[in-house]
Amino acid sequence: MSAPSTAGRPLAGWGRTAPTVALVATVSAADDVVRAVASAPERGILARGLGRSYGDAAQNAGGLVLDMTRLDRIHAIDAEARLVDVDAGVSLDVLMRALLPLRLWVPVLPGTSQVTIGGAVAADVHGKNHHVAGSFGNHVRSLDLATADGAVRTLAPDDPATSALFWATVGGMGLTGIVLRVTLAVQPVETSYFVVDTERAANLDELMERLVEGDHRYPYSVAWFDALTTGHRLGRAVLTRGRSATRDDLEALAPELRRTALALRRPSRGTVPRGMPPRLLNRLTARAFNELWFRVSPAAARRDVQDVTQFFHPLDVVQDWNRLYGPRGLCQYQFAVPDGAEEQFRRCVRVIAESGHVSALNVLKRFGPRNPAPLSFPTAGWTLAVDIPVSAGLDGLLRRLDAMVLDAGGRVYLAKDSRLPATTLAAMYPRLDEFRQCRAEVDPTGRFASDLSRRLAL
Amino acid sequence: MINALGVPQRLLLLGATSDIAQAVARRYAADQPLAVVLAARPGPRRSEAAAALAALGCPVEEVDFEATDTAAHAEVVRTAAAGGDIDVALVAFGVLPDAEEAWNDVGTAVAAAQVNYVGAVSVGVALAAQLRRQGHGVVVALSSVAGERPRRSNFVYGSTKAGFDAFYTGLGEALREHGGRVLVVRPGFVRSKMTTGMEAAPLSVTPEEVAEAVVNGVANGKEQLWVPGPMRAVMSGLRHVPRPVFRRLPI
Repeated sequence: MSAPSTAGRPLAGWGRTAPTVALVATVSAADDVVRAVASAPERGILARGLGRSYGDAAQNAGGLVLDMTRLDRIHAIDAEARLVDVDAGVSLDVLMRALLPLRLWVPVLPGTSQVTIGGAVAADVHGKNHHVAGSFGNHVRSLDLATADGAVRTLAPDDPATSALFWATVGGMGLTGIVLRVTLAVQPVETSYFVVDTERAANLDELMERLVEGDHRYPYSVAWFDALTTGHRLGRAVLTRGRSATRDDLEALAPELRRTALALRRPSRGTVPRGMPPRLLNRLTARAFNELWFRVSPAAARRDVQDVTQFFHPLDVVQDWNRLYGPRGLCQYQFAVPDGAEEQFRRCVRVIAESGHVSALNVLKRFGPRNPAPLSFPTAGWTLAVDIPVSAGLDGLLRRLDAMVLDAGGRVYLAKDSRLPATTLAAMYPRLDEFRQCRAEVDPTGRFASDLSRRLAL
Repeated sequence: MINALGVPQRLLLLGATSDIAQAVARRYAADQPLAVVLAARPGPRRSEAAAALAALGCPVEEVDFEATDTAAHAEVVRTAAAGGDIDVALVAFGVLPDAEEAWNDVGTAVAAAQVNYVGAVSVGVALAAQLRRQGHGVVVALSSVAGERPRRSNFVYGSTKAGFDAFYTGLGEALREHGGRVLVVRPGFVRSKMTTGMEAAPLSVTPEEVAEAVVNGVANGKEQLWVPGPMRAVMSGLRHVPRPVFRRLPI
C-alpha cells in the first residue's frame, strides 16, 4: 500500500459539486485493505473506485479513502460454468474485454463501463436490461468483504449465515465494509454487436404505451426523451431497444462485421478541457441538442447493428464530459416509481420540462422486479434520469420532485444523489432501518463512513 | 454535510443574537429546517432567538460564548461540533462604539479591538482547526466596507474590521488545501440594532438582504462579496480617491 498522502486531496463525484478533502492511499492487495481498515482514522475509511457516482458517495471528508483501482486482478474465468473471479478494482471495461474472446458477456452494464466491480456492487448498478436481468447484485454468486473487525468474510446470497450481510452490501454504498473480490455469473454471447430497433415516439403517452407493450420482446430497452419541449409534444422520445446479435444476425444484417464479430471498439473523440466557460450548456444549446437528437433519429422504425460503444456507452468516447457543465457542476436526478403511479410519473416529467432548468441527457426506462437488497434502487415500474447543471432555483425544483416521487411511492438513486435531505431518504427507503441495524452489527463503531453516509444519516 | 446545491445541514452562529445572524438562520430555515448552534451570551435574547428557530422546525443548540474570553473559544467550537460537522460557521459578533469616544477613550478603543479583532482571530483559529479535521466547511466572516479605507468619522471600528478582513481573507487561502472555505462579506451600512439611532448611509441594506447574499455566496462558492453588490464598485473607486478629496467627502 502506498502511504496515505499527508496533505490530503480534494475528491468530488462525477457531478463535481461538493468536493471535500481526505487522505488517499492506493491499495494493491487484499492485505493492504485489511491493514488500512485496522488503522482507520477517527473520521473513518471508505473505498473509492473510478469516481463515477455523481454525488458524494465516494468521498470521506477528513478521513481515509482507499483508491481501489490497483486491486485489479482477474483471478479466473470459468467459461464452462460461466463464472468469473475478479478483484474489486477491476473495471467493467477491462472485464468486458477479457470476456469477449471467450464469447462471454458482463450481465449488467450501466451507462458507462468506467465502473469498478466493487462500485457496481456497492451501488447495485442497473442497465438497459433490468426488466429481464435485474441489477448487478442479482448476478453476484459470492463476494469477499473486509469488515470492521479486521476479518475478511465470504458472503453469498444463498448462504443463510451470510445472506443478510451480502444483501446489505449490495447497494450498501460501501458502508458495510470493503469489497475485495467478487464471483460473478456471466452470460454467453455470439458477437459483440447488437441488433437495435430505433423508433420515435411523438409524446410521453405514446412512449409509455410502447414501452409497456413491447419491452418483453427486447432484453435491452431504453428511451431518451426531450426534457425541454412542453405542450402536446411533451416527452417526445427516441426508443432504442435491442438484443445481442448472433452470428446469423451479422450474416444477414451486417456481413462486413463477421470478421470482427468479437471486437470491442472504443474510439476516442477527445477530452473536454479544464476550465470550460460557465453556461455553455444553456437553454439555447440544450434545446438545439434536443431538437437535433430527435431529428437525426429515423421517423420510421429502423433496425440496424450497433457496437457496444454505440449502444451502451456513447459517452465513454469523450473523456471528462462532465466538464461541459461548467464550474458549478451538474446534479443528476434519477428516480423510480412503481407501476400504477403513471399519472404522478407524467406529472414529474411535466414539472421538469416546464421548470426552465435544462437537461440534455434524459433517460427513461421500465424496471423489472427488485432484488432483496434493502437499499437497492430499482423497483418494478418506471425510472427517469435527468442531468441538470447547478443553478439558482434547482434546489426548489428538486425538493418539489422529491415530494412528488415520495407521494407516488418512489425513491431516488443513491449513486446519483448529491442533495437529498436525510428525512426524505428515510421515507423513500422503508427498509433503511434494517440496513442500519445490519451496519450497526457489522461495524458498531462506524469505521466505514462517507460524505453520503453523514449527509443522509445512513 | 453541505450538499451539491450549497445547502448546509448544520449552522454555527457566533454572535447568534445579532440581527444578521438571525436573518441568515431564518433564510436557510425558510427552505428547509437545519440544525443551528447558537453561540452567544446566555440570556433572554439568546432564548428568544432559539425559540424562534425552533418554531421554524430547526433543532437548536445553545452554547455560551463570550468574544473576549479567547481561552474558551476552542472549547466553544468543539462543543458546537459535538453533534455533527459544522457546515457553515458565521462569525457575526462585533461592537460599534461611539466613534468620537472610541478614539478619545482608551477603554472604549481597546474593547472594540478586543471584540472585533482579537476575538475574531481567536475564533478563526479555533474554526480553522475544526474545518481541517472535517475536511470541509465554510466560514462566513462578516467584515465591513468600513475596513476597506479608514474614514475620519469611523476609523477605530474601521481599523478593527480592516484587521478582521485581512485575517479571514488569509485564512481562506490557508484552508483551501484542507477543504475549508472562507467567505468574507463586506456589507455597507446595515439597518440593524447595532446602528439604531444612526442616520442611514447611501446604499444601506437590511439584515435580510445581507442574509440573502450570504446564502447565495455560500452556494456559489464565493470567497468575497459586497452587499449591496454595487458597493464593490463604489469601494473600488473610493480607494483611489486622493486624500485631500476623500477628506471632504460627506461619508
